[in-house]
Amino acid sequence: MSTLLDVDNLWVKFPTRNGIFDAVRGVSFSLGRERLGIVGESGSGKSLTGRAILRLIRNPGIVEAGHISLHGENLLDKSEKEMRAIRGEKISMVMQDPKFSLNPVMTVGDQIIEAYRLHAKASKAEAYKKSVEMLEAVAIRDPERVMKAYPHEMSGGMGQRIMIAMMLIPNPEILIADEPTSALDVSVQGQVLSIMDKLVKERGMGLLFISHDLNLVSQFCDRVLIMYSGRIVEVCDADKLHEAQHPYTKGLLGSLPKFDEPSDRLQVLTRDPAWRDAPSVEGRA
Amino acid sequence: MSTSISIENLNVYFGEHHDLFQAVKNASLSVEQGASFGLVGESGSGKSTILKAITGLAPQWDGHMAIEGADLTHKRDRTFYKTVQMVFQDPYASLHPRHSVDQVLTETLHLHGFDDINNRINKLLLDVGLGPAFRFRYPHQLSGGQRQRVAIARALAPEPDILLLDEPTSALDVSVQAEILNLLSDLRSEHGLTYLMVSHDLAVVAHMCERVAVMQNGEIVEIIDVADMRAGKTTQDYTASLLHASANRVA
Repeated sequence: MSTLLDVDNLWVKFPTRNGIFDAVRGVSFSLGRERLGIVGESGSGKSLTGRAILRLIRNPGIVEAGHISLHGENLLDKSEKEMRAIRGEKISMVMQDPKFSLNPVMTVGDQIIEAYRLHAKASKAEAYKKSVEMLEAVAIRDPERVMKAYPHEMSGGMGQRIMIAMMLIPNPEILIADEPTSALDVSVQGQVLSIMDKLVKERGMGLLFISHDLNLVSQFCDRVLIMYSGRIVEVCDADKLHEAQHPYTKGLLGSLPKFDEPSDRLQVLTRDPAWRDAPSVEGRA
Repeated sequence: MSTSISIENLNVYFGEHHDLFQAVKNASLSVEQGASFGLVGESGSGKSTILKAITGLAPQWDGHMAIEGADLTHKRDRTFYKTVQMVFQDPYASLHPRHSVDQVLTETLHLHGFDDINNRINKLLLDVGLGPAFRFRYPHQLSGGQRQRVAIARALAPEPDILLLDEPTSALDVSVQAEILNLLSDLRSEHGLTYLMVSHDLAVVAHMCERVAVMQNGEIVEIIDVADMRAGKTTQDYTASLLHASANRVA
């Protein structure tokens, strides 16, 4: 399997009044044309890992890494202008909540057209046609109407599909999806995921899927990295997640209420300080 | 056993005139004293609105609601809030950012006319597993799970019989969710509480409740025992599809 993206020894640091806080601590992994999941609790550094790849960590945050290479080119050496050409066109990112990620005072159509025309030299008419096709591809009925609508007129599920359409229209090689479905109902989650899955497969894209939901990741991804306090504690095949070895992964799985196996009390996770200090596991396939 | 919450033909509306929207349509349910009853459904199905109608946060309603045999009118008095308390979804939004834990609990206890406030605060904090060290902290000094514990302590302060739980763990990590759900189970058996719980997570509702009402578009589609739901003995297609969607989320 060819490697699209390789991340080596990534650190994300934030200076605070009490010294430097390491949010991501020496994470290494690679992404091929596959669906790679990153799971962990809030504060485990999973979202920061995704953002650091696109160099979206704002000041005063510091990103350090051996390399973050896309097809062998180190993204850390790029200027901000060169990064802008990479964001969207090579690697794009779907954020968690469509309510905060779409521009509220621009129509959906204008936003998708803008995303397309930034990277492709196309006439407005061409871009319009392409945008309508893309909305159809994410299973939006009546795309012509949606093009003219504003984001607040859309439901959560539609907003998320619009986001996905917008991120996929420049035809990137890698899609980073940061909790793309956690604001959605279970029934809509299924739809959005299957659309994403279909598009990723058809285009042979690499998908980095960031989520706190273990069951979802085990059903949806090929490989999973489990993060705990800024490090990768375990790497496993998604379908074998339930046979995970690390006590943290086991504890997380055990603390979920199970629909089929009722119990009076739920297992509570006891955290071992050693998990925090153990070196990061390498997440290369 | 006596009936704790009884709702018959409840309709709840928002807006007025041509903007009138009926969020709950002809809903009926009853919860026995000491029981735990769940409301499930997608967002917008009206499950939280039923809780709001009971507490008086959704004033446009008609139909019949009774708490412990006493009919509810459109006004709620202090005895009502001594009987019924609510825990909200987001502990980041439901606590005043500039009030310490002590202020939050003192205010509630004071409003309900208790006098030994000092002892009561310490006892409440112990009840929810926080301990007196947390008494003078502000919400930003607490984690999400600790905040939700404070919100539960605030709800327990007037010594209510009924807790309305509106997605009490959906903003929390699964490991913290387990702690809060265990706490709620313990409190229920210690204080003999009645729960009416809203959640979109079927596994959580099945863990906490004995009976469940499934809602869709403002209507109660089906009221079913959790044991029957586990066994797949649903009478409505919608319930079956909801069960299917939560078990196999990747279509």
